[in-house]
Amino acid sequence: MDIPYIIINFASIKPKKNYYIPMKKILYCTLLIVGMLLSPSAMNAQEKYFSLPTKEAAKPDNDGFIRRWFVLEPISKPNRSNTVFTDSYLREVFAKEYFPKQMTILPKDGQKVKALFEKVDMPKDYRRVDPATLKVTTGTETLKWHKLDSKTYNLKLMRFGEHELQRLYGVIYWVVTIIDCEEEMKDVRLSIGSNSASMWWVNGEEALILSGDRRMVVDDGMSNRLTLKKGENIIRGAIINGPGMSDFCVRFAKENGEAIVKGFTIK
Amino acid sequence: MKQKNCLWGLLLALGATLLCNNANAQIGEPFIHDPATLAECDGKWYTFGTGGGGLISEDGGWTWHSGAVRPGGGAAPDVLKIGDRYLVSYSGTGGGLGGTHRGQVLTMWNKTLDPNSPDFKYTEPVVVAESEDGDDCDAIDPGLLLDPTTGRLWLSYGTYFGNIRIVELDPKTGKRVEGNEAINVGIDCEATDLIYRNGWYYLLGTHGTCCDGVNSTYNIVCGRSRSIEGPYIDNTGRTMIQGGGKMVIAAHGKVVGPGHFGRTVVEDGVEKMSCHFEADFEQGGYSVLGIRPLLWKNDWPIAGEVFKEGTYEIESERHGYALELAIDFKRIEQQRRWFRHQEGEEIKPIPMQTLNDVINEWPKGEIGVRNGDFMVRPHQLWTITAVQNVGGFLGQPYYKITIAGTNRALAATSNGEVTTVPEYNGATEQLWQIDQLTDGTYRIMPKEVPGTKSRLCLMSIADSTPTLGVFDFNSDNCKWNFKK
Repeated sequence: MDIPYIIINFASIKPKKNYYIPMKKILYCTLLIVGMLLSPSAMNAQEKYFSLPTKEAAKPDNDGFIRRWFVLEPISKPNRSNTVFTDSYLREVFAKEYFPKQMTILPKDGQKVKALFEKVDMPKDYRRVDPATLKVTTGTETLKWHKLDSKTYNLKLMRFGEHELQRLYGVIYWVVTIIDCEEEMKDVRLSIGSNSASMWWVNGEEALILSGDRRMVVDDGMSNRLTLKKGENIIRGAIINGPGMSDFCVRFAKENGEAIVKGFTIK
Repeated sequence: MKQKNCLWGLLLALGATLLCNNANAQIGEPFIHDPATLAECDGKWYTFGTGGGGLISEDGGWTWHSGAVRPGGGAAPDVLKIGDRYLVSYSGTGGGLGGTHRGQVLTMWNKTLDPNSPDFKYTEPVVVAESEDGDDCDAIDPGLLLDPTTGRLWLSYGTYFGNIRIVELDPKTGKRVEGNEAINVGIDCEATDLIYRNGWYYLLGTHGTCCDGVNSTYNIVCGRSRSIEGPYIDNTGRTMIQGGGKMVIAAHGKVVGPGHFGRTVVEDGVEKMSCHFEADFEQGGYSVLGIRPLLWKNDWPIAGEVFKEGTYEIESERHGYALELAIDFKRIEQQRRWFRHQEGEEIKPIPMQTLNDVINEWPKGEIGVRNGDFMVRPHQLWTITAVQNVGGFLGQPYYKITIAGTNRALAATSNGEVTTVPEYNGATEQLWQIDQLTDGTYRIMPKEVPGTKSRLCLMSIADSTPTLGVFDFNSDNCKWNFKK
């Protein structure tokens, strides 16, 4: 769901002749309601959606979802629509190095990185404007890794970004987790749901790409069969979003799609 | 020159028509009347017909030739495998067309149906049912059922002359159970058959006019009962004793007069029905073997259709996404504007995206596949084409599945996944078996998966991810729809 579009589109509807529709009032009320909905959750995002991980290794939840992640504060990457997230676009964007050791870093809680960002001053009627004409500015900023345990099966990135940087839309999130397998696990699949598009790597190998304007859906996409080695395995993901909610869920599944709920812990 | 071109065009069109027709009917010499239920023996399929003999298919059930051996002549046999033996029933007489209604139904056993096997030898036939001229029954056209709930063996028989009857046989001997009395379960049918499914017994019979070529009105109907002994009731509440019967299959396409039903359960969710068509317009109006998917709707059997070649969306039953090439989605340029039509603004149609608009931007080598929102785009439109001379399966040939307007073909991979190759080359992993399932959806299976002997099907392991896996009828992951 694309909230900003809805607001703007409602505001653009002209009343029919001889009928008075208070469009401005509707717009302000809508904004007020959205604001009311957003504000409390923004204030309490950490408590509501996340808890600080303990030192003990975590287990996947009863449905196999991995809830413990390192999450980097969102990189600013404005996109006015999520329909631009083609495979080629994602490969190009995620191949760019935003911060050092982007594809190998095993972060620590609170670790800071210097990261590139992009910013665009969106005009008021941005849907009518050719994206090529928008002025993009770039720079670097300091972002911090956070170690989080999600209270829900899906990690609500937007709430995290909103809490840390008041940054809702036009973002890239990098996430990492390390799982410890009791035994080698063959023919398993990485299962992803993400909002919006995302790309995932297991032990440095590309496992899955979910392109397009994605909703977060459990088991939206699965990797080809892969092998998790005994011991540590690193799962790395990048999630990109323009307008709208950002979140993701990850679990492993057997060859036949059945969720794997045991046999590994999350460090 | 122009005339020459016209002639070539005509020949090509004729060839295409023949190819198309071949994909919609059994090929070889599938000429038969009253085919027995299809039976598999050592990798070959067999059926027997009226007058003796029968057909054999050595390619999985697509190409049929004469060669099956059944002595005794007479009308409308049936065959049933019980244990490691085949029980063949037939009527030693030809029915009442000649004026007499004295009939006999007989049974006999054989260890194999392969006439070239050293084990091929029929036992001495035994009479299990008879009729005399004065009876309200004509003892011909037997159909066999081994009741899976009780292990008891039943045989139906009869024709237009009077009642359809069932009797009980001994499944060990094939003889009539001593003291068993025949039960009347219907009237005025030919070539009846009994089947059991999901707590229901079904009596299938053929109504209409037999043996009049393209003017035969034969059609197959059924009634059902909770008891093998009936009453068999149709969907309007009429019993088959009252002449009732719900239609299962009638004339369609270029075939008319379906008769003599037989049910073949391939596996859970995959069923076929066999029959003959009194006449196939494409094959000289001769009576030919017909094999169709057997569907079930509200516990009523319905004949499905032979898969029709054409260009389709291939929709996953799991979520409704469409199978597509994993390439960049290319937007169709459209003037940026709000939803509301401005008064006076001209409304112009927008051209659909064509293959030429996008194909040069696609990678040249292998392109993976995924499932996505169907947008009627070239990377989502698949042409299904029958492939000749590579065998087939029950009632259908293998197909190639290519992106419409190209030779880019869907292919199974050695790691149990699925991809597309830039050029179809006839490899077995590029040939696909398309079975309509009992619920009307489809199963799509590669003929072979490189590196394994396992039979795997195209399935959606996730909403957006197709792969190959073991078929499970109870999972929507394994089901697809073909949409125009």
